[in-house]
Amino acid sequence: MVLSFVALVSALGVVLSKNPVTSVLCLIVTFFTIAGHYVMLNAQFLAVVHIIVYAGAIMVLFLYVMMLMNLNAELEPQKRNWLKYAGAISGGALLVVLVAALRDASMPALGTESTEIGLIGNLGKLLFKQYVVPFEVSSILFLSAMVGAVVIGKKD
Amino acid sequence: MPVQYYIFLSIALFCIGVMGVLMRRNAIIIFMCIELMLNAVNLLMVAFSKMWADAGKVDAGSAQLFVFFIMVVAAAEVAVGLAIITMVYRNTHSVDINILNRLKN
Repeated sequence: MVLSFVALVSALGVVLSKNPVTSVLCLIVTFFTIAGHYVMLNAQFLAVVHIIVYAGAIMVLFLYVMMLMNLNAELEPQKRNWLKYAGAISGGALLVVLVAALRDASMPALGTESTEIGLIGNLGKLLFKQYVVPFEVSSILFLSAMVGAVVIGKKD
Repeated sequence: MPVQYYIFLSIALFCIGVMGVLMRRNAIIIFMCIELMLNAVNLLMVAFSKMWADAGKVDAGSAQLFVFFIMVVAAAEVAVGLAIITMVYRNTHSVDINILNRLKN
């Protein structure tokens, strides 16, 4: 419960903070709380991978780009305030619609006993037996993303 | 703990991400909000995996592998997207997306 509250507050901090570096740090806190939820849901391997990939790689990349651009001094132009209100209202309307649609759905309660599914052995067997073709396709995707990033970032 | 709790948490995180995409003008923060939305969906999928495993189904690990593939695609997307943002910043000296309306006319 506390973990979800921290997740929501820091997610709001991502959106509402003026300083981009502050919102990166808030997003890192959100990712750690989501990893905590993964552990509680018996997805231990995913929790570890989540922390390594997101907090370790992606957010460092964001921070690096942000420091490279020196965005701290630059503030966003505040002239179009109604656009912000429109965004907030439409996001809130989406929230209301989804909550109202799912409020009466009857779902089973999650058991407290731990399951073996999230351990790395079971996931590895599943990944290399049933999902081996998507795995190889994702490696090709990574290769093309790497080449694309280098080509785009190259000074021409 | 009912699975609805996780559904509502994911909805809230997703809607905060949508709000961020609509409200902010900074391209990097919009990108981070997209990451937030992806993670809301991942959390929901892990919760359903747990529900499926409690129901005794054998292939409940598939949802967790889907989360794994979403993480892979998100990492590739971040690499390309940050390269594009860096290129835009190099050309326009700003990451404000209001400048990027040249495709309009």
